[in-house]
Amino acid sequence: MKRRHLLATAALGLSLAFGGAALAQDKTKACFVYVGPIGDLGWSYQHHQGALAVQKEYGDKVEVTWQESVPEGADAERVLTQMALGGCDIIFTTSFGYMDATNAVAKKFPNVKFEHATGFKRESPNVATYNARFYEGRAVQGTIAGLMTKSNKIGYIGSFPIPEVIMGINSYYLHAKKVNPNVELSVVWAMTWFDPAKEADAAKAMIEQGVDVIASHTDSTAPLAEAEKSGGKVIGFGQASDMAEYKPSPRVTSIIDNWAPYYVKRVGQVLDGTWDQTDTWAGIKEGEVEIGEITDAVPAEVKAAAEKVRDDIAAGTYHPFTGPINKQDGSPWLAEGQTAPDGDLLGMNFYVEGIKGDIPK
Amino acid sequence: MFGGIDPTLLIASLMVASVPILLAAVGELVVEKAGVLNLGVEGMMIMGAICGFITAVETGSPALGFVGGAVGGAVLSLLFAVLTQVLQANQVASGLALTLFGLGLSSLLGQGYVGIKPPLSKPVPFGPLADIPVLGRIFFSHDAFVYMSVLSVVGVWAVLKYTRLGLILRAVGENHDAAHALGYKVRRIRVLAILFGGAMAGLGGAYLSLIRVPQWVDGITAGAGWIALAIVVFAAWQPWRALLGAWLFGGISVLQLNLQAAQAGIPVEYLSMSPYLITILVLVIMSSRRGRAALSAPACLGQNFHAAR
Repeated sequence: MKRRHLLATAALGLSLAFGGAALAQDKTKACFVYVGPIGDLGWSYQHHQGALAVQKEYGDKVEVTWQESVPEGADAERVLTQMALGGCDIIFTTSFGYMDATNAVAKKFPNVKFEHATGFKRESPNVATYNARFYEGRAVQGTIAGLMTKSNKIGYIGSFPIPEVIMGINSYYLHAKKVNPNVELSVVWAMTWFDPAKEADAAKAMIEQGVDVIASHTDSTAPLAEAEKSGGKVIGFGQASDMAEYKPSPRVTSIIDNWAPYYVKRVGQVLDGTWDQTDTWAGIKEGEVEIGEITDAVPAEVKAAAEKVRDDIAAGTYHPFTGPINKQDGSPWLAEGQTAPDGDLLGMNFYVEGIKGDIPK
Repeated sequence: MFGGIDPTLLIASLMVASVPILLAAVGELVVEKAGVLNLGVEGMMIMGAICGFITAVETGSPALGFVGGAVGGAVLSLLFAVLTQVLQANQVASGLALTLFGLGLSSLLGQGYVGIKPPLSKPVPFGPLADIPVLGRIFFSHDAFVYMSVLSVVGVWAVLKYTRLGLILRAVGENHDAAHALGYKVRRIRVLAILFGGAMAGLGGAYLSLIRVPQWVDGITAGAGWIALAIVVFAAWQPWRALLGAWLFGGISVLQLNLQAAQAGIPVEYLSMSPYLITILVLVIMSSRRGRAALSAPACLGQNFHAAR
């Protein structure tokens, strides 16, 4: 009895293993891991749009699967291992917090390709990283915020204190300050990527303290919904996705993450065998960061100023971090005319001069 | 130090922030008073959130939305009632399963409703009362549900303390064998209590998706149901303390965001953990006063009843 049971298990295991391998040969399997639900209408939604674009581009040649709301941490490693065992040829891990899990699992499966979004660790040759220069979009938002605020108080809902987010805060503040020297920034750390009630509360707390332009780095539309209750006094921005349902106000423009071209290109490279390890960081110029329509809720001259920032960045004639810029403690960071090297940005752990408060450690 | 914070607005928004957990906690309190431990609050809340949202969007009426939310929560709790009261399943396991099931089902139902804005409900018009400085903002500027949630506490307290119905309910929760011997239908009473708890949790969920956030996103309750469960224990099964607990929790979570926005020099981590820390602290203090807290838990909490036993 026992032996028969053992044999049956072994047979099942074998058939699974071979079955999986056979399947993988037929079709290339592209897998996606999302940190939130696809229905967040923000970050994960945009990644999923990219995944759907891959399916559309290659049709029958590619099988696309995904798993949503995967917590960052030990669960991620389990999910990734399962995907690798399940015959995935390329796995996109779409949140910063998957960095260590991605690299750990990649070591165990050298034949599976891993693509980690927004991270910087590439510990084995089958891990590539990719990111978008969101701070370019924040420069556009900051310009609008500085010109539009009446209370001279602008707000930023931060998610986690990682370089990605700090970069966005600095860019937002610098460009608001540039057009409005009296502007003050208050930062609220939500310590979550996705918690609509908490995001709404954070927006509410800022509005109660007189903030009238709110940018958010969390994934849901809740801050916009909260801003809408003010009846036009408070404006905000679409984050990660266009969030067009809050047009024309409170959503006056948005940063749209357009991952589709990158995903299509990379899966294509897996198909024709030319995939190799890369570190991609594209922005407005390459179309990976799109600026959503600037609505009529902002005056024409504000719109023109914001569009100039956008177009200058796209043309490559302007870098959002151009000196002179000092760090928060007053020590110099960039000299006159110097632009920030990518290495500085990717490891950014300081506020620029003028921002109050400390970055949580 | 905290110059930017306006206490009036703070109190007003803590009352709003605590409504969902208060409604769910009051419902669960009644359920537990009847001797049933339903850990499915989170699942019932989120079902209320999506059912309320769908109803409000389809009918265009926020009021009907809340009815839909209550019905959604109650229908899901009926499943729990059948499992535990008819089929005599384990209450802890059934409750946990209810939460998981509710989360999944709500996500399925909500597929077509992502990104839609619900009809908005307006604050109750109090006319000149709302213009009274300070008090007007605190007490007379809310939507109807803020008042309803407080009224529900008064109602449950009065019913449990002063009415025959409350006495029967407590008898069933304290000693179901004795209640049965007196001729009360233990299981029927418990099913009704579970339905009430489900409807209240559903209302709390609908408040989230229709007023507080207001939109539908997967996982909108984000753990509020578990907090409601903790508040019931925190309150030692007394309605007034549940109100206190909900306001304390809502208050701290609002305060910590306000402190951050006001750039108070307190590290964010301490502020973020403070609501949970204080909840733990209060639970520890309460349970250290052995006698009263231990006495106040219904004696038959979590035990199934069968007449043949």
